[in-house]
Formats: sequence, structure tokens, C-alpha cells
Amino acid sequence: MTMHNDVYDIVIIGGGPAGLAAGLYAARARLKAVLIERMGFGGQLLTYEKVENYPGFPEGISAYGLGELISAHALKFGLKTRTAEVEGLEVEDRIKTVRLADGALHTKTIVIASGASLKKLGVKGEVEFTGRGVSYCAVCDGPFYRDQEVAVVGGGDTAVEEAAYLTKFANRVHVIHRRDRLRATPVIQEKAAQNPKISFIYDTVVTEVRGGAQGVESVMLREAQGSKTRELPVTGIFVFVGITPNTSFAPPSIKCDPLGFILTDQEMTTSVPGVFAVGDVRVKQLRQIVTAVGDGATAAFNAGSYVENHFS
Amino acid sequence: MAGKNMMEISDSTFEQDVLQSDLPVLVDFWAPWCGPCRAIAPVIDELSGEYAGKLKVAKCNVDDNPKTPSRYGIRAIPTLIIFKDGNVSEQITGAVAKSQIAAAIDKAVG
Repeated sequence: MTMHNDVYDIVIIGGGPAGLAAGLYAARARLKAVLIERMGFGGQLLTYEKVENYPGFPEGISAYGLGELISAHALKFGLKTRTAEVEGLEVEDRIKTVRLADGALHTKTIVIASGASLKKLGVKGEVEFTGRGVSYCAVCDGPFYRDQEVAVVGGGDTAVEEAAYLTKFANRVHVIHRRDRLRATPVIQEKAAQNPKISFIYDTVVTEVRGGAQGVESVMLREAQGSKTRELPVTGIFVFVGITPNTSFAPPSIKCDPLGFILTDQEMTTSVPGVFAVGDVRVKQLRQIVTAVGDGATAAFNAGSYVENHFS
Repeated sequence: MAGKNMMEISDSTFEQDVLQSDLPVLVDFWAPWCGPCRAIAPVIDELSGEYAGKLKVAKCNVDDNPKTPSRYGIRAIPTLIIFKDGNVSEQITGAVAKSQIAAAIDKAVG
């Protein structure tokens, strides 16, 4: 039998900007809250260098630093946290259960803020050479490519921004994009276009990563709309071709779109009452820090209302 | 930086502290500018306590010690390598879940 005082008002899954913002609002609302994170706080912020579009920082701010500020802000108001991995959710009953590797938590509401991970290309050699030339984090691995030639795959904000970052180390960065133009925000594109170390290869896909004992030596390219192939000699390939949601623990009763992102209404409620989803893990058009924290605040507020309406 | 069950190693101490070690050694190759390295640091710290007596845990700052990562072809961090009897037993690249690291340790410690 679960004692009532062991039941949380809100369990937040994930310590990126969305989850931490939910935690901040939950703590200030004096909800009985706990945030579960499997590693350190910050989520995807941990893998980027600088944030230039978060309001209030006209000079930009270090991504890691912003993560630290957001977590310090949430902790200041007494948010409890726990380092653990979530293995599953039981959401059918009035009191829901969050199953962890080392126990279970009982709660009235759940906020899923588990974020997303970078997608793999899914080509031959990618897994084999991960860590030996194939990378998903320019900030982590860029310094290993001093004065070398590298490829970046993708055409969105992340791909183009990380390509620019890599020119601090690499002497040439090829941006390989399957379409005939970039998707990145114009201001990011303009900066990259002026960078003499960046060249763009459009209408082209990577079909294979090749290398030897020392790691990656080249990538094989093919016309996106044709069959012509060629080999591009590079020692590194950085993959930024989109994200995939982190939802392995979520039961099928929490409805997702065909790509696996969680469906919510504008109040962040999922198909299961009392379960909310925020940030990159949910279906939305604009995945940014500024939209993630808005989601988090909205969900915490609505979780508070749900607790009040259903449990008092 | 290192917790009580962890040691810092350098290019000059690697041979003795890692390769000559009687116990298997998990080496965490990291750098201060690497966010994911800092993200897994608390997990590595926890594991060093949980496997105390069975496994040594060492941190190697790749900025200050370029020779050792280069010797093992490391071009990404965080990289975790478990050395056993002077050889690479398990290797993990990138920030992964604690359970995945523990599974690799269990395999090496056996």
C-alpha cells in the first residue's frame, strides 16, 4: 500500500531546459516535486558552444553556462533532483508510477522532458568509426581536427552553426546537404557564407564512411537525384541530420506522431490526463531553448491545476 | 576534480598507474570544454564508489596529456576505456547511460 505522503505531486523526467523550467515553476508553486536526470543537467545544451538567440543575452552566452544558470535557478527554489534512469511508466491509475533502475516513484502527475538525441545517418562505416572520425559533437571533438579537412552532414541550424565552429580548428569544412539549399536561419547562413573555410556541397548524400586503422579517411558521396558518386577525402565527419525523441520508457497509451514525438495540446497535456510532455520530445514546429522553457512553465502550471482539481 | 575513489593520471604516470595495474582501470578521457564529459562526471564518480576494490577509476585530461589519447587513437570525448592487464578490454565513446557503462565494467571485471 502506498502511503499518501510518499506520493509526489509532480515527477519531471529530464534535466534539460524544459524539465528544469518545469522544476523551477513547480518548486515556486510549492508542489512536491522531483526531477530525474540520468546524467548532469543541461540536456542538449551540453553539446553546444554558444547560444545566440536566447532573449536577454545580446552578446550570446555559453551553452554550458546557460545550462548551469537554469539549473541553479531551479535548485535555488528547492527543487529536489535524483540521478537515475527511467525504465518505464505506469499511467493507468490515479496515482502513477515512474519505474527507475533502483526503485519506483509514485506521483499524481508526470512531466516528460526527456528531450531528443541526434539521429544517425545510417550508412556503412558510421558505427564502426564512431569516436574515430565520426562525431555528433563539434564542441567535444573539434579540437582533435586541428588543420585537417572535415565534413559536416546536414543543412539545418545545428549543422551550419557547428560547421562554423569547426573552422576554429579544421582548415576546411565541407557542408554536405541533400537539398539544393540550406534550412538554417538566415542569420546563421549569412555568417557561414562569409567564412572562407566553409564550402557547400548541395544535392548530395553520404553513402559510406571509409577508413582504416587510424580512423576515417574519406566519405563516399552520391547525387541525391542521380547516381553519380565520388569520394571526398576527410578525416572527420560530423553528423547533424536531425533529432529523434527519447521515449523508450513511455507506454503506448501516450500517443505519438509517426516519428515518435509525443502529441500534446497547447497546455502540454498528452493523451493521458495528468501526463504532460515538454520541450524537444513533443510534437512542435520550433525546437529552441526559448520554446522549451515556455513548455516547461506551462506544464508545471497545468500539473499544479490538475493536482488541485483531482486530489483536493 | 577527482572523488575519493578516483585518481588523476597523466602521460607520465599512465604506464605505471594504468598499464601496470593489478586491478582493471577505467580511464575517463575528458576535457574542461566538453559538456558531455562534465555531464557524465557524476556517474563516473558514483561508479568509482560502487566498484571500489574491483576496479580503479582514473581521469585523464586530454588537453594536458595529448600523448595517451593519441596512442589509443582517441578523436572523441568523453571516451571511456577499461584497461585490463595492460590491454584495452572495453571502450565507450560519448556520454551514455550509467547502465551501459556498468555493463561494460561487469564484462571487464567479470
